[in-house]
Amino acid sequence: MSPLIEVRGLRYRYEDGTDALRGIDFTVYPGETVVLLGANGSGKTTFLLHLNGLLQGEGSVRVCGMDVSPRNFREVRSKVGMVFQDADEQLFMPTVLDDVAFGPLNQGFPAEEAAARARSALARVGLGDIEHRAPYHLSAGEKRRAALAGVLAMEPEILVLDEPTTYLDPPAQRNLIGLLVSLPQAKVVATHDVRFAAALATRAVFFDKGRVAKEGKLDEIVELFQWDWGT
Amino acid sequence: MHIPDNFLSTRVWLTLDGVAAPAVAWVARRAHKGLDEARIPLLGVLGAFVFAAQMVNFPVGVGTSAHLVGGALLTAILGPAPAALVMTAIIATQAFVFQDGGVLALGANVFNMALAGVLAAWVPLRLFSGRRRVSLFLAGFLSVAMSAGLALAELTISGIRMPPRLLALSAGLFAIGAIVEGMITLAAVRAIERLNPRWIGPAPANGSRAWAAIAFAAVLVVVVGLFAASGAPDGVMQIGQWADLHARPVWAAPMADYSLPAGPLWLRRPAAAMLGLGLVGGSAVAASYFLLRRRSS
Amino acid sequence: MHHVVVEQWSRRRSFLHVRDARAKLLVALALLAALATAPASPISAVPFAFLVLTGIAAARLPMASMLRKAAVVLPFSLLFALVEWAAGQPMAGMALLAKSYVSALTVLLLVASTPQPLLLSGMESLGAPRLLVLMAQTLYRYLFVISEQAQHMRLAASCRQGSGARRSRARAFQAAAGALAILFARSYSRAEGIQRAMAARGFTGDFHSLQRRSFNSRDTVFACAGAALAVLAHLVARRP
Ligand SMILES: Nc1ncnc2c1ncn2[C@@H]1O[C@H](COP(=O)(O)OP(=O)(O)O)[C@@H](O)[C@H]1O
Ligand SMILES: [Mg+2]
Repeated sequence: MSPLIEVRGLRYRYEDGTDALRGIDFTVYPGETVVLLGANGSGKTTFLLHLNGLLQGEGSVRVCGMDVSPRNFREVRSKVGMVFQDADEQLFMPTVLDDVAFGPLNQGFPAEEAAARARSALARVGLGDIEHRAPYHLSAGEKRRAALAGVLAMEPEILVLDEPTTYLDPPAQRNLIGLLVSLPQAKVVATHDVRFAAALATRAVFFDKGRVAKEGKLDEIVELFQWDWGT
Repeated sequence: MHIPDNFLSTRVWLTLDGVAAPAVAWVARRAHKGLDEARIPLLGVLGAFVFAAQMVNFPVGVGTSAHLVGGALLTAILGPAPAALVMTAIIATQAFVFQDGGVLALGANVFNMALAGVLAAWVPLRLFSGRRRVSLFLAGFLSVAMSAGLALAELTISGIRMPPRLLALSAGLFAIGAIVEGMITLAAVRAIERLNPRWIGPAPANGSRAWAAIAFAAVLVVVVGLFAASGAPDGVMQIGQWADLHARPVWAAPMADYSLPAGPLWLRRPAAAMLGLGLVGGSAVAASYFLLRRRSS
Repeated sequence: MHHVVVEQWSRRRSFLHVRDARAKLLVALALLAALATAPASPISAVPFAFLVLTGIAAARLPMASMLRKAAVVLPFSLLFALVEWAAGQPMAGMALLAKSYVSALTVLLLVASTPQPLLLSGMESLGAPRLLVLMAQTLYRYLFVISEQAQHMRLAASCRQGSGARRSRARAFQAAAGALAILFARSYSRAEGIQRAMAARGFTGDFHSLQRRSFNSRDTVFACAGAALAVLAHLVARRP
């Protein structure tokens, strides 16, 4: 089986000289859910931003067999659906429906088709009844699901989620877990929430200062780095 | 400074709507040309920022506080055309969503604050780009002085009869407001630069210096003229009356107006005063243009 | 906050809410212009007030709150009404007061019965520059987010002031400038986040939109009737 994502020797330095990534190797196969753990500032977000070319560092990043480079951005960004940590930044359109249709419209679908795809994505995440609401008035859980609908409407093959449980209360977290489990796409999820990770992960990767410190089963990694409350 | 509806005479609001609409369309085209499309959200977000920044109080003494108006700050950050467009969006939002300023008077308010105000801020930024502190202060000062002066003039032309003393008082208050805006603009830009110097680029180098100088002369003449007019209405009225003799046919014919609260006789004087100022300004511009041409050739 | 309430009102359903934004804009402009050109007497405002109040009732909006919100124009008008009064024109002053209030109420009725996105796209199809409309749309969206941030900062600042020693005015001025800079930094990084989120969903510079405008025959009737009523009100105001 060929990998969906294949990253080799990825390095990235921010303009101010911060070495955020220092040689990352990383692979995702279809059907997997890979959880990224690691301290704040260990480079998880920076890494995720390379998966659809929002940042470009040294080394190679391939998605569905394509190099992530400007001439493939269109394709790659249709394949990789990215849900950012701050939902307010992702929901920038005036109504939920406009926002969810934003991706399909950029993919070149005519307005009717884009709206149809947006509606079915909204129904998929259980928000069928709020398409005309303004994003500002949604709860944190609804915002997160609306953001997810915005990428699902593009029918991606990979979902990338950066700290998706931020601001969510426990019922909303449970709801999100149920939703994510039901989605067939391969997933890459950066999170601090070990219980959330445990509900989803088929594999875990531990980031430390811009490197992959360890890769394997979630509970082994949690044990090794004492990445839990401790008992 | 946001003029509500029904304060301006039909002649004034209609004219300024007529002037502002194509001017904003032109500014939008200009802003679009020099703009990376990906930066469109930045413009909108900075508009929201200016709105919110108006909630930050600056103490100015005797228990009162002032807040940012923002035209000069935006001009320093974005350059004139995008700044004018953002200001237009702000003023329109204030008019529609907050009923702050009229809808028929939108043209007047946009003209005063987004077009003339931003122009008045841009000119010193362009002209004295080497002397940052001076140019920033002047940008804030001139933009508010310009907008306030214009608003005062438009109200006067419209037949709002302010007693001279009150007119002088409000001109004085506006002058203080302009000084405070200069101080806030300077302090805010420097604080922003301290956080990240990249956010505020060097003053845009496009547009010839000669035109900037001319515009500066014009801005100065208009601002000084407006304040002089409000402080000593009679003196300027004299010039106006002189101008009136020559220009009345041109001025009166296309502007027949039936709805003015004040009789046309009364109105002719301030209108003529404005016209006089326009003539003075025009000749100053022409003079400085020729002087500069001499020097550069 | 004012805009939060108005936003919620605009999403209700009523005869007026479902009318096309362009029809409502045209009627509102007709009313405003007819009122502005009516004689300078407080009586002039009466027929217009009647129309707008009927509109508020038809839109099933809370009358008392609407009347209160439109009062934001009163301080400014009151000042000028006093000026007119001092100049020996009490009637002109009263007219200014009444007319500017009814105008503000008209605009409030327009925005309280039309969701902002529809209003903006209506303006665009009536000729407003696209870039301006896009910008106003983003401005309005993030007005909610950023003004909330500013309020938090104000709160935090007032908490600090309560405990600390009294600072000199110059220091306080600089502190306010610092707060402004921080608000700017947050806004700027938010804008970068938005740009990233747009690019991630395939944005390359062209905004496409779902066009859901439908100007039906009822909207035509509404626009014509509204404009006719505006003219009628103007005529009534001319001959009391
Ligand atoms: N825009 C930026 N400019 C400079 N340095 C940054 C920027 N964003 C993140 N960093 C730095 O890069 C490193 C990795 O950050 P990040 O990828 O956000 O980590 P994580 O998501 O794991 O918390 C940190 O040291 C952080 O301070
Ligand atoms: Mg992160």
